[in-house]
Amino acid sequence: MAQKIRILVAKPGLDAHDRGVLVLCRAFRDAGMEVIYSGLLPTPEQVASIAIDEDVDAIALSLHNGAHLTAFPEVKKYLENKGVNDIAIIGGGIIPEEDKEELEKNGITGNFGPGTSMDTIINHIKKVTKKF
Amino acid sequence: MLETENYWKNKINQLTKIKEENSKSNENIKRWENEVLDPWNKKNANNNNDFSTTSEIDVKTSYSHSDLQGNQDYSMPGEFPYTRGPYPNMYRGKKWTMRMFSGFGTPEDTNNRLKYLIKNGQTGLSIAFDMPTLYGYDADNDRSKGEVGKCGCNISSLEDMEVLFKEIPLNKVSTSMTINAPASILTAMYASVALKNNISLNELRGTVQTDILKEYIAQKEWAYPPKDHMRIIRDMMKYCTKEMPKWNYVSISGYHIREAGSNAAQELAFTLANGFTYLELGQKAGLKVEEFAPRLSFFFNCTMNFFEEIAKFRAARRIWATVLKEKYGVKKGSSLALRFHTQTSGASLTWQQPMNNIVRTAIEALAGVLGGTQSLHTNSYDEAWALPTEQAVKVALRTQQIIAEETGVAQSVDPLGGSYYLEHLTNELEEKAYRYFEKIDEIGGVISAIEKGYLQKEIAETAYRSQLDIEKEKEVIVGVNKYAEIEEDKIEILKVDNEAQKIQINRLNELKRNRDSKKVNEALENLRKTYENNDKNCMYDTIKAVQAYATLQEIVDVGRQVFGEWKEPQIF
Repeated sequence: MAQKIRILVAKPGLDAHDRGVLVLCRAFRDAGMEVIYSGLLPTPEQVASIAIDEDVDAIALSLHNGAHLTAFPEVKKYLENKGVNDIAIIGGGIIPEEDKEELEKNGITGNFGPGTSMDTIINHIKKVTKKF
Repeated sequence: MLETENYWKNKINQLTKIKEENSKSNENIKRWENEVLDPWNKKNANNNNDFSTTSEIDVKTSYSHSDLQGNQDYSMPGEFPYTRGPYPNMYRGKKWTMRMFSGFGTPEDTNNRLKYLIKNGQTGLSIAFDMPTLYGYDADNDRSKGEVGKCGCNISSLEDMEVLFKEIPLNKVSTSMTINAPASILTAMYASVALKNNISLNELRGTVQTDILKEYIAQKEWAYPPKDHMRIIRDMMKYCTKEMPKWNYVSISGYHIREAGSNAAQELAFTLANGFTYLELGQKAGLKVEEFAPRLSFFFNCTMNFFEEIAKFRAARRIWATVLKEKYGVKKGSSLALRFHTQTSGASLTWQQPMNNIVRTAIEALAGVLGGTQSLHTNSYDEAWALPTEQAVKVALRTQQIIAEETGVAQSVDPLGGSYYLEHLTNELEEKAYRYFEKIDEIGGVISAIEKGYLQKEIAETAYRSQLDIEKEKEVIVGVNKYAEIEEDKIEILKVDNEAQKIQINRLNELKRNRDSKKVNEALENLRKTYENNDKNCMYDTIKAVQAYATLQEIVDVGRQVFGEWKEPQIF
């Protein structure tokens, strides 16, 4: 029996478009993951510290407000400052094609746009957390 | 006249009784089903009978007069219950206002876009603000990093507002501002810009959204707990009734409720329930419903389920007029007629094959017009990607102009009125709304339902079920889960860089150096005292603080200190 994936779902910024993340929380739970939802409006620093406290395998970040290039890498930076390198960060939201490369460079994978199926996202999380 | 005691229950009983009676007298339909439809289906091996609207209204093969008997609405446009339109001649007299929502970057950027739209024939202004402004943070706050000017125009002080409306005659335009938590402050700024240009407040026309209830339910951009925000709205209602009589101070919005994932019936019901809550707020503050009801306008979504959307608009008008008359005792006709703005659905637009969005928007806009909207925003095809380019905005505006001037649909009022199917959908949505009103009252009203997370959970549940239907291809999105292509179409999109942030921070620093800080502190201290005294109207001190060039955040921070911040109940 595989170990359960623990995942934190968060929108790290002033962005309350939470339809997508609430749907994903349900989908992740139905896929057998342990889901922690940060609630609205955490700062990137708060997201990192919840992730550490809750000892998660992955963080799913979503932003629809155009601040992903600033906010996603900040979460990563706060984790690294605390010496944490084993939490996978997965991005999603309204992310233009040309921004994906930069996010990838910062270690944020996935970067799924609108219309991505829940299965695609779930499979990606399984892959990057190496938990099947 | 129904008893107001068990008003919702009586209303539901009344409607279900009619339906029961109708099902007894549908011999003609039964005959047609037996003699024509069933043999046809059998012959063609057609067993698919699973059709429904987004609100889970079953859709039959066809409708007839027997679906409407006893509940046929014989009213004409401009008369009670206004199902067919708030005015007798509708678009024959005056076309709907083409009001394109815009705003990005610095106030200068948005000022240029507004002037561009005016030049291209737009008839009303509509301003989008960025996230920091919507939440009441200044451009130089840490929380604003990366977000200044990204999804709307940034306003940190009255100075920004002066730039935003530079060379735009405020007594000649009508302006809609999509702002909620800090609505009282932005209204104070708008009024201050007008006064500075020697325009009197009673000339100002426009709408400020102010609808904080739907923020807690759906859009989730708030500053304080519900009761404190409602107090500020009460003060705005009183102030504007007296000083700004042409200013619509609350735009009760279903748009965001729908975008957050609800269906048509939920959008209709939750929005109108919010409307009743504002009515009662004004009533308690000593205003006469009869007099202030016309200052409340509505803002609905229009998405893809064509007939259900048109029915939703008709049902909204009928319910509002009926309840105001029967439950709130309003007599004056013009106070009963619901007027609304429509925006086509952002959530219906796809990232994939973006040009298809032009078609979606056109269909939605058409439904809005057939539903009798007073003003309309059409989304641009590139908005699943980013804020729209000028080119994309122009196509969206032209879509409205084509509907208005080429199709002839605006010639006759409520041209689909009388359609068995449409009238049936209107009746069904009406009944569903009354059931929600009853439920919300059982919970203790809208604010209680928000505090308990009931409304939020209802929406999240519908959104999840809809996503599952999309994954199972029960709900089709062309270009996404059907007819998808591997290679995506490329379009040019608007990039908003972080330049706006630099400019806004510099302007703010300069403002803080040059303003009279003693005056600012005094004004903020006075506002604090007013906030602490629930009986005092806070609008006057808000205006004074704004005119002393206190920043948006300085003002909202006073509120945060006095009222505290709001933490949403657990939804997931």
